[in-house]
This record gives sequence, C-alpha cells and structure tokens, in this order.
Amino acid sequence: MKTSKTIYLFFIPGLILYSIFFLYPTVSALFYSFTDWDGFSEAFQFVGFNNFERALTGDSIFWKTVGNNLKFMLVVVILQTIVALAFAMIVLKNTKTTVFLRALYFFPTILSSVSVAFIWSFIYDPSLGILNQLLELAGLDFLAQNWLGNANIAIYSLAITQIWFHAGQMLIVFVAGLQAIPQEMYEVAKIEGASKWQTFRSVTWPLLAPSATIVVAYTTIQSFKAFDLVFAMTGGGPNNSTEIIATYIYEVAFRSYQFGYASSISVIFMIIIAFITFLQFKALRSDRVSY
Amino acid sequence: MFFKRFSLFVYALLILVPLIIVLLTSVKTLQETFANPLGFPEGGIKFDNYVAIFQEQTMAGYFMNSTVVTLFSVSLTLLFAAMIAFGITRLNNWLGNILFALFTLGMMVPAQVIMVPLYSLVLNIGLTNSLVGLILVNISSTLPIAVFILTGFMKTLPKELFEASTIDGAGNWKMFTKVAIPLSLPSLSATAIFLFVMHWNDLLYPLLFITDNAYKTLPLALLEFRGQYATNYPMLFTGVVIASAPMVVAYVFLQRYFVAGMTAGAVKG
Repeated sequence: MKTSKTIYLFFIPGLILYSIFFLYPTVSALFYSFTDWDGFSEAFQFVGFNNFERALTGDSIFWKTVGNNLKFMLVVVILQTIVALAFAMIVLKNTKTTVFLRALYFFPTILSSVSVAFIWSFIYDPSLGILNQLLELAGLDFLAQNWLGNANIAIYSLAITQIWFHAGQMLIVFVAGLQAIPQEMYEVAKIEGASKWQTFRSVTWPLLAPSATIVVAYTTIQSFKAFDLVFAMTGGGPNNSTEIIATYIYEVAFRSYQFGYASSISVIFMIIIAFITFLQFKALRSDRVSY
Repeated sequence: MFFKRFSLFVYALLILVPLIIVLLTSVKTLQETFANPLGFPEGGIKFDNYVAIFQEQTMAGYFMNSTVVTLFSVSLTLLFAAMIAFGITRLNNWLGNILFALFTLGMMVPAQVIMVPLYSLVLNIGLTNSLVGLILVNISSTLPIAVFILTGFMKTLPKELFEASTIDGAGNWKMFTKVAIPLSLPSLSATAIFLFVMHWNDLLYPLLFITDNAYKTLPLALLEFRGQYATNYPMLFTGVVIASAPMVVAYVFLQRYFVAGMTAGAVKG
C-alpha cells in the first residue's frame, strides 16, 4: 500500500532540532579534537594528533580519571547487580508487602542527583554524619572516616551513593525478567532434586541472561555518565581522586579553556564507551541459552 | 526465612532513614542540627527554614523555570518523537530503517561527550541564559530514547487499523491524531513519566548554559545554595524537599506508571 508523500513532513521538526543540537556538535567534537581552540577566539590551529598524544602519553591526570572511572564502574556494576538480583529474588511474588517494598526501593531513582549528593554529603559528614555516629555506637570508632575527604576512599564512597540511587531501578528490571521465567522450569528442577544453587545456576541464571545483559550494560554506561552526582558531591576532589572522565572534560573545557583538548578527551571517552559496550554484549550473548 | 525478612527490613531502613533525616533536618534550626544531628528538633517542629528560603532566594522563580522547561521539553519531545515513530512505522522501508538508526545513535553518545561543542553552538546562536535554549537542547537530547521506545510500540500495532483509515480517506495527519496517538497512549504515558523525571532533575544543561539567576532551574539553584549556605544542612535540605516535592507527590499517586516508565527508559536506554 502506498503512503502519501506528506509522511516526510512528520520527520521535519525532530530532524531539524536533532541535526542542530546533536549531530552538528557530535561532528564538531571530532573536528575540534584536532585543533588547539580555546573556545572563544576566532583563530585556532590544526595540531594533528597532538591532543590525543598529550592525553595518552603526557597527561597523568587523564589516566588517573580513567582509573577512577574504572574503579567506580567495577564497584557499581558488581555490587549493584548483586544487590538488585538478590533482592529481586526475594520480592519476586506479587503481594501487598513486596509491591510496597519494590516501590520504596525504587524511590531514590526519582530524586535529582543534586538532592542525592546533599543527602549523602550529610551522611558522610565527618562530625555530623550518621555513618560515623553509627560506627561509634557500634564501638567501631577506628573505622570512622572523612568519607569524602580521604583521597583513598572517596571514589568508593561515591560508588556506594550511586548504588543507593539506582539499585532499585535495576531491581525492577530483574523482577520483570524473573517473572517471565516459566514456573514449570522450577517444578522440573524440584522433581529432579536440584539444590537451590543448582536451580539458580542452570535455570534462573541462563534464562535471566537477557535481563542481566541489560542491567550490566545500563549500569556501566550510567557509571560513566555519573557527572551530576560526582560534580555535586566532590567536584572531582580531593586531589582529583574522584575526577571521572566526564567531570575532567568539564574542568579542561570550562575551567582551563582548552576546548580543543577537551574535545579530544571526549572522543577518547566515546571510543571507550563503545568498546566496553561491545565487549559486554559479546560476553553476555555467548552465555545465553535457550530451552 | 528470617534472614530474608531481616535483609528486606535493612534495605528498607537504608532508603527510609536518609529520607526521614532530610525531612527532620528541614524543620530544625542550625543549632539543633549541630547539637543533635539525627534526633527530633528539641524546640519542636518549625517551618522557619521554608519561610527563610523563600525570602532569601527567588525560589518561586526557580520553581517556575523548572516547571516551564519541564512541561515544554516533555510535551514537545513526545510530540516530535511520536511523529517520527509514526513516520518510521508508515514508511516501513530502508529509509525508515536509516532514520531509525540515525535517531537511536543518539542513545549511544552520552551528553557529556558533546558538551563542549554544544556549549559553543548555544553561545554563538545567543541561546545561553534562555529557557527556550534549554528547552530546545532538552528536546534533542531525549528525542532518541523517545523515538526508540515509541517506534518499538507503534510497530506492534496492527497495520490494518491504519489501512482501514486510509480507505476512509484519512490523510497522514488525521491517521496520526485519530489512530496512532490514541492507540499508543500506554507507551506515550510511560515515556512521558521517564521524560518528566529526566528533565525535572537535569543539572548538566542548566549548568552549561545558565548563569543569570532569572533563568536558573531548581537543580542548578540547589547546587549553588551550597556556595551560600555551606554546611547549613537545614537550609540545603529545605531546598531538597521543595525541589523534590512535585516528583514525590506524583510518585505517590502514579507509582505503577513511574516504575513502568522509568524501567522502559532503562531497558531501552
């Protein structure tokens, strides 16, 4: 059946905005990454691969941010996925209590990163914060910390906040995935006398692989995009110990006005994300079974 | 069994206790907070901080800006995305596939990657310190995910419905408004909620484009309160309560839709 030519008009408003505010900047990020532009002057020069060379070989802060980002990502992806899956399995059945609990666990997702940053800055506060006070109550004073001020642990404190913020959302994805597994599979496993762990290993996990792929991929990307939270909580400090790639791009561009250099870090950032996403899909796909 | 219940309870406390602390601190004085950071306010509940924050800050203005930006961003993103999804569904050919790929490409590129050239662009066309600028950038940033979710949904609608309306002589626009939109309401409402949460809470774009107090949205204003109030948590948390109130009220009443919408966003994004 033939569709009238007027159908092309439906693309116009979206396509115009998308081209101006997404496609054009994406292409110009590539363009500027080969220049020494400061962001404001008319004149700039092409510097070839100099910016990339500087980032990869001469900029120790850049490598530090990559390392921070990986630490943050690993802690968040591993812990958040375990927490979300473990709790999803407990609140799986639909009862009044589980529906309420799921809604409660999900709640932080609707808050803004700035609000979450303030809440957790207070929790981590060395003198006012609930965390140190609880440790004192439990007689564990020696564990009390300046959670965001100690350069060795600040990135992990941020990771815990990120998990509090988003685990509930991933829990819901797992609940949906688990509820889609046919009940008969479990009955068969029971009849065959499989242990709890065997059942999990050979029924739940393989059939849950699609949800797990989604959760892991989404959590990874989210941990790279945690700009708002990091920016509002520590601003990358102390001593660049919580600087992630996204906040570093902001620093380089808007605090030291090296737009060309910031653009090349953006390009590297994009390549890293594409690469990790690709690896994960490959790894998790090969694990997939169908019955 | 006990262990399971205990874990559920602990997790519930981990969510609830910080939220209760926020509410309690917002009705305390600074002295009460320093004396007893976690307990009930000794001098009783006072709403002085709420009064003070409205006097000291242009709170009503920030609230208004957030409302205007969010409403326009959500409704226009939905409209444009629904039109594109409808177009892709009706074309149903290689061109439709290319357009779909072009739009979904945007989901792969984090906003932070293009913030530098985007900033220069917005500055050059004179849209910094403008709610219109913010709305236009918001629309193009969430268009990809909205197109992705809505196209997925519209492709599952039976073709016969569209064809029957063509026989009735309906043009594309009529088919869009009378058939596609009403049938896509479940998907549209889920997407709308996802967009509401995204746009209401967004910090990055206001941070990049807005420096004038008259155009600041709540998250940016809130962030800058810290410059002024430092560790005056009663005032900061009063700000948090005010900034979160609309989403929280909506969540209490539309819980199921929130969960569905935010999960669709996560799963598809």
